[in-house]
Amino acid sequence: MTTSSLFLLVLGLGVVGYLLGRKRALAVAKATGQRLHSLPGYYGQTVALYSAVPALLCLLAWLFVQPVLIETRISAMVPDSAIPEGGARSLVMADLRRIAGGLDALKEAQNISEDDLLALRVETSDIRKQLGDVGVAIGSEVQGAVFEAAKAYRGAEITGRFWMTVLTLALALGCFVTTLLRIRPQARARNTSETFVLSLLIGASLVAILTTVGILGSLLFETINFFKMYPAKDFFFSTVWNPQFRGGSDLGILPLLWGTLYVSFLALVVAVPIGLMIAIYLAEYASKPLRSVAKPAIEVLAGIPTIVYGLFALITVGPFLRDYIASPLGLGSSSSSVLTAGLVMGIMLIPFVSSLSDDIINAVPQAMRDGSYGLGATRSETIKQVILPAALPGVVGAVLLAASRAIGETMIVVMGAGAAAKLGLNPFEAMTTVTVKIVSQLTGDTEFASPETLVAFALGLTLFVFTLGLNIIALSVVRKYREQYE
Amino acid sequence: MTQTSLKITARNCQVYYGETHAIKDVSVDIADNTVTAFIGPSGCGKSTFLRCLNRMNDTIDVCRVTGDILLDGEDIYDAKVDPVQLRAKVGMVFQKPNPFPKSIYDNVAYGPKIHGLARTKAELDEIVETALKRAALWGEVKDRLLAPGTGLSGGQQQRLCIARAIATSPEVLLMDEPCSALDPIATAQVEELIDELRRDYSVVIVTHSMQQAARVSQKTAFFHLGNLVEFGDTSQIFTKPSDPRTESYITGRIG
Repeated sequence: MTTSSLFLLVLGLGVVGYLLGRKRALAVAKATGQRLHSLPGYYGQTVALYSAVPALLCLLAWLFVQPVLIETRISAMVPDSAIPEGGARSLVMADLRRIAGGLDALKEAQNISEDDLLALRVETSDIRKQLGDVGVAIGSEVQGAVFEAAKAYRGAEITGRFWMTVLTLALALGCFVTTLLRIRPQARARNTSETFVLSLLIGASLVAILTTVGILGSLLFETINFFKMYPAKDFFFSTVWNPQFRGGSDLGILPLLWGTLYVSFLALVVAVPIGLMIAIYLAEYASKPLRSVAKPAIEVLAGIPTIVYGLFALITVGPFLRDYIASPLGLGSSSSSVLTAGLVMGIMLIPFVSSLSDDIINAVPQAMRDGSYGLGATRSETIKQVILPAALPGVVGAVLLAASRAIGETMIVVMGAGAAAKLGLNPFEAMTTVTVKIVSQLTGDTEFASPETLVAFALGLTLFVFTLGLNIIALSVVRKYREQYE
Repeated sequence: MTQTSLKITARNCQVYYGETHAIKDVSVDIADNTVTAFIGPSGCGKSTFLRCLNRMNDTIDVCRVTGDILLDGEDIYDAKVDPVQLRAKVGMVFQKPNPFPKSIYDNVAYGPKIHGLARTKAELDEIVETALKRAALWGEVKDRLLAPGTGLSGGQQQRLCIARAIATSPEVLLMDEPCSALDPIATAQVEELIDELRRDYSVVIVTHSMQQAARVSQKTAFFHLGNLVEFGDTSQIFTKPSDPRTESYITGRIG
């Protein structure tokens, strides 16, 4: 039985469990004359959940564990002599899995009995050709030991799948019957099904947290590998970024970090004042109909893919700045510049700042405004002296969130600011950021064990720590703000 | 008590909220150095009328006011009058204490700073101190003027709002149910304060408590369904009301 049909079968059992459970609850209540503790549907839910969830969990666990177990056992069966000179065991294992899969296809296509299939020998028949006929191409002649291991692999998989089916169905049916029999009017079915929902919610939050931990773990692992090959001191404090794929490269993060901060700073210089002014206008001055049109229109900016912003930077803003400002002033002749990326990224960030700040300004209680107007303050005095100070922590939070967006941005920088790692102050010069270099170090045909590629992980981790720090600050600032009016 | 003069005169005042006719043909005279109480059941328009007196209703889009309201003989709804200037002269204290999220000092100094009442820091300090003393709050907060105003208790916050209003040296002080969010002790303190303020200001207070109206006011106006039913000396309204509706309200039969 295939996994998906097993899955569907268990789900079907759950549905049946629901219907039977509900029916039985009503019947039991009628027979005993007692009032049900919960609505009948909850008894059905309990049966459905008990039949489906443990069985599905068991299925899931089995699917994860089985390949690992079989892999280790079969891997031990392949002798070192079967591994070609200069090749890796993992390559042989990949071939082996393909052969095992091919055997199934062979059996299907040529109607061979199971015994005949097991009797196949490398010595007696051309396995490579036969497999090739059913569409499974093997790179080299199949070796005897590998073929035997492949057959064992296939056998183990079949046995494993069989027991998986048996165990899952047994569990589902067992739970199904016991819970169905245990339905009593006084059983707290409502509470039981709520507990299940609770664990579902906890599970969902765990997925998010564990993913973060997983990302961090994988970054950390490769970063440690990197620092084994490249001194941390040079990475953090060297001012030269000059990767050589023949080795002997300088991998200092400082020029990249500088580029990142420079571009982000320019972006915020554009986005914060404009965004804030938009927010003030929308929240305090704009009429309702205008606001209901203008706010979504501004938020459209947030929906434009960053690559489109990148194109805008590349073909419009960059050449414009070069032809009309940089060249006449003699400040540079490159169409990629920090200023280009900063300006365009700033435009991208405007809706982040304006939309969040607008919500925050709106959340300032009307009583504050009344109090200020009641003292004879004008609108603008009220905004400057009462509303903005009251909203400030929230606005700071919005700005920090925008900043972490800016730091992580890649596409606009590649197309707007170029890819030259430089430490400089001239905003009309090309520079680059951490994210751009992560991409360029990992793309291309390079082996995955040199400091030149692994440096990407160290860069990524540094960036991660950076934005994580910013997010933590932003969140705590926002939280502090929330406490103020409650 | 000296001879009182008229401070505010309202004649045939109408207020509409969109289609709703909220205040119908109200004429009332508010004297200087007097506490005038507006009483009446919920929704009778007394707060709305109060907010007309310093044009706070301007901040509500659908609100429309007609008729004459004169402050010292000048029409406050005249195009020449700047509502911002008017509100500096006619201060307001709200139902719920609404101190700004600033320090106690800055809360009180807010109005004087905006209107340029103090030229030096010392003058400002003095205004703040005087206002806090008049609001009977100085003793409690003089050692923590830089603490946030939102950290005070409800009664203290309301007195801070009163201090904030009198620091601007208004001529009239409007109070919209200033004690509804306070406990009896804080209420007593604020009432005492209102009596105190009468020496320098004309005070108009909206209240739901008839005892409070009787205790603090000299004049009382009874509103019902947007009409001014009766207006006169407090003692007379509470002892010999001339309109049956007033009597029913005071004795607790309507409202």
